[in-house]
Amino acid sequence: MSGIDEFISGVKKGLPVAVGYLPIAIAFGAVATGSHLSPHEAVLMSAFVFAGASQFMAASMILAGADALQIIIATFFINLRHLVMSMAVHHRMKKASTLWRAIVSFGITDETFALLTMGNDVEPTPLYAIGLMGIAYAGWVIGTAIGSFGAQIIPSSVGASMTVGLYAMFIGLLVPHARKSWQVTLIAVVSMVLNTVFSSFMSMGWSIVLSTILGATVGVILAK
Amino acid sequence: MSTTTLIIILGMMLVTYIPRMLPGLLYDRYELPEILKKWLEYIPYAALGALIFPGIIRGERPLPGLFGGLAALVAALFDLHLVIVMTIAILVAFLTGMVL
Repeated sequence: MSGIDEFISGVKKGLPVAVGYLPIAIAFGAVATGSHLSPHEAVLMSAFVFAGASQFMAASMILAGADALQIIIATFFINLRHLVMSMAVHHRMKKASTLWRAIVSFGITDETFALLTMGNDVEPTPLYAIGLMGIAYAGWVIGTAIGSFGAQIIPSSVGASMTVGLYAMFIGLLVPHARKSWQVTLIAVVSMVLNTVFSSFMSMGWSIVLSTILGATVGVILAK
Repeated sequence: MSTTTLIIILGMMLVTYIPRMLPGLLYDRYELPEILKKWLEYIPYAALGALIFPGIIRGERPLPGLFGGLAALVAALFDLHLVIVMTIAILVAFLTGMVL
């Protein structure tokens, strides 16, 4: 396959992810502007970070008055899972230079990782990966722009209820996993309890960071 | 654009990119221990738990948050699409806010 063919077949493979990202990105744009981010800032965040869950988390922490350091540390931990995914992706991409690897790495998300490593009989090349990730990335950034600029026309009475959308997003992400695994349910409940206790005597930002780390640790200990 | 927001975005980018990129340099040299993989896998679920509660009832008005959250839970249990779950929660919170 020539380079162009590889790229195009990557784009085709990634198209469903882009379609899936679009409405969620629109929702992110809308709730981000509801949590004191300007539309430009929301789009910039999507373009630079490209990691959905952490972006929703950042929006909710900004809303809760957390400071930059707390948000960055929480982001580090929630996105640390990409380490394992990235290992799998790089392991499959046998023939790639360090420069290509550095570029492809930026596009690793839960979904692009899944497509690049599972049920794929051909070995992904860097251009194939970039096509796949590029279309997903386009969906994410364009959706954010639609949502954040579009939210300006939503009346403020409805806008005030938009922040509930953030929590609904978290619930909607968690529930399918909690149903399949008691460990996940336990971990989520433990960190809810921890966060309730911690947030009574420390700032919301640190409380979330600490509850997350301890909650996952309790999970590892109890789930043996 | 505020400086704080710019710091947040650039900081988030850096701490997100580094774990994504490191295995590209070291992928054939190291294998993480199973227990560490499990811990990394559990972190997002712990974070979601902590983000949901008690934040959801700590807003300006706790009841719309609570009912919106319960609606989201029910919608999620019915396996509805994420965006539908969010829309239902926002509608329920909006209606609760009007009634109560």
